[in-house]
Amino acid sequence: MADAKNMVYLALQNNEDARPIIEAIEEDNPHAVINHFPAMVKIDAVGKLIVRRETVEEKIGREWDPQEIHISLVSLSGNVIEDDDEFGVERDN
Amino acid sequence: MSRKLNLRERYQRMTRDLAWEPSYQSKSDIYPQMEFEGIKIEDWDKWEDPFRLTMDSYWKYQAEKERKLYSIIDAFAQNNGHMNVTDARYVNALKLFLTGVSPLEYAAHRGFAMVGRQFPGAGAQVACQMQSIDELRHVQTQIHTISHYNKYFNGFHDFRHMHDRVWYLSVPKSFFDDAMSAGPFEFITAISFSFEYVLTNLLFMPFMSGAAFNGDMATVTFGFSAQSDESRHMTLGLEVIKFMAEQHPDNIPIIQGWIDKWFWRGYRLLTLVGMMMDYMLPKKVMSWREAWEIYFEQNGGALFEDLARYGLRMPKYWEQTIEGKDHITHQAWGIFYNYTHAAAFHTWMPDNEEMDWLSAKYPDSFDQYYRPRFEHWREQAEAGNRFYNPTLPMLCQTCQIPMGFTEPGDPTTIGFRASDFEGNRYHFCSDGCKDIFDNEPQKFCQAWMPVHQIYQGNCGGATVPEVLDWYHLNFGVDNFDYEQSPDKKNWDKWKGQAAEEPEAPDEAA
Amino acid sequence: MAVKAITPDYKGEALDGVDKFHGNIMFHVNWEKHLMFCAPVAFAMPPDAPFSTLLEETLPTAYGYHPDWQKVDWSKVEWTLDHEPFDPKPDASLEDNGIVHRSLLRFTVPGAEGIAGSGS
Repeated sequence: MADAKNMVYLALQNNEDARPIIEAIEEDNPHAVINHFPAMVKIDAVGKLIVRRETVEEKIGREWDPQEIHISLVSLSGNVIEDDDEFGVERDN
Repeated sequence: MSRKLNLRERYQRMTRDLAWEPSYQSKSDIYPQMEFEGIKIEDWDKWEDPFRLTMDSYWKYQAEKERKLYSIIDAFAQNNGHMNVTDARYVNALKLFLTGVSPLEYAAHRGFAMVGRQFPGAGAQVACQMQSIDELRHVQTQIHTISHYNKYFNGFHDFRHMHDRVWYLSVPKSFFDDAMSAGPFEFITAISFSFEYVLTNLLFMPFMSGAAFNGDMATVTFGFSAQSDESRHMTLGLEVIKFMAEQHPDNIPIIQGWIDKWFWRGYRLLTLVGMMMDYMLPKKVMSWREAWEIYFEQNGGALFEDLARYGLRMPKYWEQTIEGKDHITHQAWGIFYNYTHAAAFHTWMPDNEEMDWLSAKYPDSFDQYYRPRFEHWREQAEAGNRFYNPTLPMLCQTCQIPMGFTEPGDPTTIGFRASDFEGNRYHFCSDGCKDIFDNEPQKFCQAWMPVHQIYQGNCGGATVPEVLDWYHLNFGVDNFDYEQSPDKKNWDKWKGQAAEEPEAPDEAA
Repeated sequence: MAVKAITPDYKGEALDGVDKFHGNIMFHVNWEKHLMFCAPVAFAMPPDAPFSTLLEETLPTAYGYHPDWQKVDWSKVEWTLDHEPFDPKPDASLEDNGIVHRSLLRFTVPGAEGIAGSGS
């Protein structure tokens, strides 16, 4: 695959806590591919994947700290980028 | 006007900025283990923290995970969740897990606390300290989760004691003893990189998916609860390798040597997991062969292509694992079938449906080499002549597994290697294990080998019952074939499949 | 090669020297092509025990379960000792036969290829 070296992913538990996060990722990352596995969702993308605090907050109706993603995270690949407004992974080979 | 610190600033203030340069003690006195392995670190500030998790956030999110986990464990216990497993044969996988894997989590807790103390860099210290607490949490949650099964099934009652004494448990025990008695850089390469990054999917996925497929909600829940910790561990493993490789070119051959050693040790250790996947799950997830193809051949291949830029290559003898994937699980199940009279879990022969699954998953090996002996054993067991090997096995000095592995290319011949050291001969199952010994003979000549210790009279006595007593194994209860076991009798009664009155659960807790 | 240790000239104490076995030697035997016995076996015996004890008592106990055992023609069995061809003298002791602590004996019964010829 030509893009293989730039692939990143986030894998999240497929539960109620993660649902708004997964929806936010879909909204903010149109290039992402969502794959469903038993009890887990793996989201692949070329180059970068971002979870935006604002987008999640819109969906859940309360303040949300991007680090809350730790409760639902299964696995990831890429270099972690995080600040008060977002959590993501990127790779630039 | 004051303002709140942002994440980057908070992280900097609460980790790196809390470190200091010592002014009245030398760094080499404070950190005495930094030199002897030959690893050269010029600048610890080049360490890139994989996550920006401060301790207050860590406690908050870990506590949240604990609350969720324990409420599910409570529900599981209140609803007799153990009755939902596919059948009681599955529970033997949990016995292997509690006695073989959980103590390794505890060892990892100690090991990361030790290396966290020995590394001079603040970023590395924080990551190791958090992992140490993660691993303590894992052993605790595993014990809590599996303790429910201890009320209803045998073999769980003295896992800590058994880990230190029982013959097959010296395999995982010696793995971690080796890592913990190594220096900090070797420890972190062995555990964070080789185990928690390269091979992690081959330990975690089989047990957790196995639990999911076989109705074990408690273990599934533990698995999910631990998985997000694992993502931190994985990123630490990768960062460790990159950091050491980038700090000095002299580090590369040392790192490569450790990658070679710990890949092979991990591969041998994972034989037990592969055996569990292929033989101990009434509902199978996938075969060991398939798991190895996905998680090592494909994923591992891509990883090492990536690491080639540092001058690192695939681990030595990796090609033998490709050939081995068709054989090691059947050989391992054969070992445990031979010695079930001395094991704290039950074994059995696969039924026809299971043998056909094995034939389909192992088209190049199962029918030719393993089905004949399994069918013979099954016939004999049905005739009341179940096979138990009356003689202690020969062990490999390095991996400590009975020497049941065959020569690459010839699955009908046991593989033998040997070395002489200071007037003694040592035996090995493979080139990989021999190389490990030859590189550090002063270490491996000190191995506490279960069979040798029994013959030296150090294990409670000369007879099997005396040794089993020394193991705290309950004779006639924990051991022997599943078919005659109290576990099966109880299961059949609870499921209404037996004629007699139900018995009270075993009070071995 | 030597282990890298924090103390210079590190030496470890071997736990399995012959002195630790109370007068016995520990050695290994493998019946080739009979992998129903999952691995070679280990015995601890006095070095002055006659080799015939091995043939008449120890090995039958170890291997008698196998259907091939009754058919073994001892005059045709081929032995190696530590990978060299070996011609055992049954009346001589283990020691006098050259069997020492940690020796490996392998024997093959020509024509016996295990259960259904699978090497089991």
